[in-house]
Amino acid sequence: MGFRGQKIEMISDALKSKFDQVIAHYPSKRSAIVPLLVFGQDEIGHVSGELVEEIARRVEVRPIEVEETIGFYSMLHRRPIGKHNFQVCTNVSCMLRGAEEIMAHCERRLGIGHKQTTADGLFSLEEVECLGACCGAPAMQVNYDFYENLTPEKVDALIARLKKGGA
Amino acid sequence: MPETMTTAAPSAVTLTIDGKTVTAPPGTLLIEAAKQAGIEVPSFCYYPGMALQGACRMCLVSIEKMGKLQTACTTTVAPGMVVHTENDEVRNARKAMLEFLLTNHPLDCPVCDKGGECELQDAVFRYGAAETRFMESKLHHEEKQFSKLIYYDWPRCILCYRCVRVCDEIMDVNAYGVAFRAAHSEIIPNRGEKLECEECGMCVDICPVGALTSGTYRYKTRPWEMNYTGTVCNHCGDGCKTTLSIRNNEIIRANNRDHSGINGEFLCVKGRFGWDFVNSQERLLEPRVRRNGSQAPASWDDALGLAVERLKAVIKEHGRDAVAVIGSNRTSNEENYLLQRLARSVLGTNNIDHHRTADYASLVGALTAAGAKDRHATMAEIASANSILLIGNDPTQQHPLVALQIREAVRQHGAHLYVINRNRIKLAERQAAVFAEVKNETEALASLIGDSPSGELAALREKLQAESDTVVIFGSEIQGRDVQRLVRWALALPGRTRFVALGDYANSRGAADMGLLPNTLPGYSPVSDVAASARFESVWGGSIPSKPGRNIREIIVDIDSGAIKALLVFGSNPAKTFGVSKETLAKLSLLFVADLFPTETAAMADVVVPAASFAEKSGTVTNLCGEVQALRKTMRKAGTRSDFEILLALARLLGAAWPYRTPDDVLREIVERVPGYSIALPHLLVGGAVPTRPEGAPLALERADLVFSSGDSLFTSGSVSRFSWALNAPEEARRPRGHIF
Ligand code: SF4
Ligand code: SF4
Ligand code: SF4
Ligand code: FES
Ligand code: FES
Repeated sequence: MGFRGQKIEMISDALKSKFDQVIAHYPSKRSAIVPLLVFGQDEIGHVSGELVEEIARRVEVRPIEVEETIGFYSMLHRRPIGKHNFQVCTNVSCMLRGAEEIMAHCERRLGIGHKQTTADGLFSLEEVECLGACCGAPAMQVNYDFYENLTPEKVDALIARLKKGGA
Repeated sequence: MPETMTTAAPSAVTLTIDGKTVTAPPGTLLIEAAKQAGIEVPSFCYYPGMALQGACRMCLVSIEKMGKLQTACTTTVAPGMVVHTENDEVRNARKAMLEFLLTNHPLDCPVCDKGGECELQDAVFRYGAAETRFMESKLHHEEKQFSKLIYYDWPRCILCYRCVRVCDEIMDVNAYGVAFRAAHSEIIPNRGEKLECEECGMCVDICPVGALTSGTYRYKTRPWEMNYTGTVCNHCGDGCKTTLSIRNNEIIRANNRDHSGINGEFLCVKGRFGWDFVNSQERLLEPRVRRNGSQAPASWDDALGLAVERLKAVIKEHGRDAVAVIGSNRTSNEENYLLQRLARSVLGTNNIDHHRTADYASLVGALTAAGAKDRHATMAEIASANSILLIGNDPTQQHPLVALQIREAVRQHGAHLYVINRNRIKLAERQAAVFAEVKNETEALASLIGDSPSGELAALREKLQAESDTVVIFGSEIQGRDVQRLVRWALALPGRTRFVALGDYANSRGAADMGLLPNTLPGYSPVSDVAASARFESVWGGSIPSKPGRNIREIIVDIDSGAIKALLVFGSNPAKTFGVSKETLAKLSLLFVADLFPTETAAMADVVVPAASFAEKSGTVTNLCGEVQALRKTMRKAGTRSDFEILLALARLLGAAWPYRTPDDVLREIVERVPGYSIALPHLLVGGAVPTRPEGAPLALERADLVFSSGDSLFTSGSVSRFSWALNAPEEARRPRGHIF
């Protein structure tokens, strides 16, 4: 975090050296666009304009080509999203096991709808297609963690834990 | 096909398309082979000259012995192939593709700009599918204004990627991308919600549907309500052919969709949008005469009468050499020819010049001296060159068509571009094989052709000497003796070296060719050459003064000294271009100005007459490659007269009996009398560009400050662009000169 008016250098040195390593893995630099975006988003929380420029410069493409890639992948976010991103599966298996109720419950509890973020910046919610976790339907993914066999009670417990600062 | 893999020239492939036997070279795309046989395979994403996309599936055809339908735009011909382009299977597939394209399409053809010339509309007429089976509501996004000149209407977009590719591959700007996926895919501009680009409008022009629309044309008319006339752009010296669309005596649009002419479909922002100066409210529409210190409207008779009266008085009192004439870079060859005839044979002076933006006289002189008068490169030869040497100038900004030809040479067949420039111009950054960044192009030339070239120039020279058939393109930085040196040295390079000098405006070359110079006649013979003068005297009667006249700098000095008392200015703004002060101009007994606009010079005039623009007259212009093209009258502007008419009237009032009734009469005389201009008229009349081969032994360039470029940007055009909305509205017009988009 920077102070008012101070330019915030969002891209850390650690991330920059990570970028160098990743680019070296590929015979053609532009192939590294997706992993660079993922690592960058992990650190910054979303894909910032500065990150787009930085990646374009490093892999020697124009920024618009990085933008195209971001647009293609729904897991890359061009705008800031909540600290905990609830991705509720509503595809067939989950739907048959009550996913719509889970989605509705999340909406009620968090007070937001699909692709929205809470005012405190803590939670975002979105409806997604099959997560490949059908055996544990209904399922959802929060950042990189999966939660399965969900019930409204389990969701409430999770929200409470995350609000307290748990992971 | 190992049996065909021989070293001999690959033999043609024979196949059958819709029962016709078709022969095509190996590698030909099916869609092109069909076109040659007169069979149209519909396509959206396929576009000749750009990368294959295979995105729209409209070109599906059935090929016997192949299980599935194939895309004719990506499949190449093979021996014995039997192709059906219009059987039931194909028709059904195309109909299904169209139904799919129409899922979110608004079907607002009745209000869409493209209605009537829309490729999607045409395809639906041909195959049906206007009624959909989708029950879901259509996705919709509001229209976006990408820039002042370009709008994007997402629901109409069929994602053919033509705009993306034309901007990337042809323009080398790469301002568009495709973001998101499937039904949500959309075209995005390079600066968030906005475009920052050259604003050439190529993307709008190439869009098959009404998704990209033009800020100047949108919602104004329907295609069938306009008249179309092919003419030539009046801005830079490249000479793009353009089709002006006229409605109610106003230009509504310019494009070149028939791909005719030296530029194909290309136009830059000035050609595509910057014609609007013609419609400007600030056009002069009536003559004005200065009485008691201030200008007031006058009749044509009064204005011309006063001018002639003062001219006669000046000649009587101070002699013929007290009169001087400044001509234009934009008026037609016929008008320029008549203007110098007026000066030389009616007024009796060689005091005639214009703003020279390239040293054509030295180029013609040097080529003639070397016995190489056929070494002027044509516009097409730039694009087909294997090797190009570019010295000075910034074609991306000043000569967009030349820049395109250079890029095409590099992109299409790997030509090598060698750039010598003081600035890191875009062609140097993006296309050059070798770029020598120098302090000054003139010194660099001396070093390049000298005994021991320095640094980068040595490498550049070595590489250039291994090339052949180089096209040498140079700006006003190289002039006078340097042109001779360059020509002599470059002609010794391997193969047929050819040359292009980059003059700023639509008829910069024609002005020099037609003798708007104090020391040369039309066609570059010195005024002192008795035989050359006789060529013209025999048809004009009387005699042409044999003493060279004053050049434009001397004219200005002598207005100040009082030796020049009357100045006639046609389509030129010396007050601005040469910084002539009001005090100096006020010393004249007569300042006569014919122009479209109230320029700084016109404001000081004793007599101003409103001239017709390029769109309002016929004639010819010569581009910077020396190619002659026809201007065709597309509209009238009440109150104005063409320079041709003005000159005829002046000559008559001065007592000369000129035989010309139309500009064509003058052209015939030019063809007959001007060396190098014996061109084929039929080719000209059908809209062709006819190369000229001027030859002559002009006198050496008098001094260094006569030839200079205005250094226009993509968005400026001398004294004209300030009267254009389209050239001032885009944000990009405010970028510093030389900004790379
Ligand atoms: S107008 Fe701009 S975006 Fe369109 S083709 Fe030209 S440079 Fe590209
Ligand atoms: S905007 Fe036009 S040219 Fe571009 S992809 Fe859409 S339909 Fe094609
Ligand atoms: S390149 Fe020159 S001639 Fe062609 S459209 Fe642009 S200004 Fe006109
Ligand atoms: S349907 Fe929900 S995880 Fe597969
Ligand atoms: S034209 Fe062949 S796929 Fe579009």
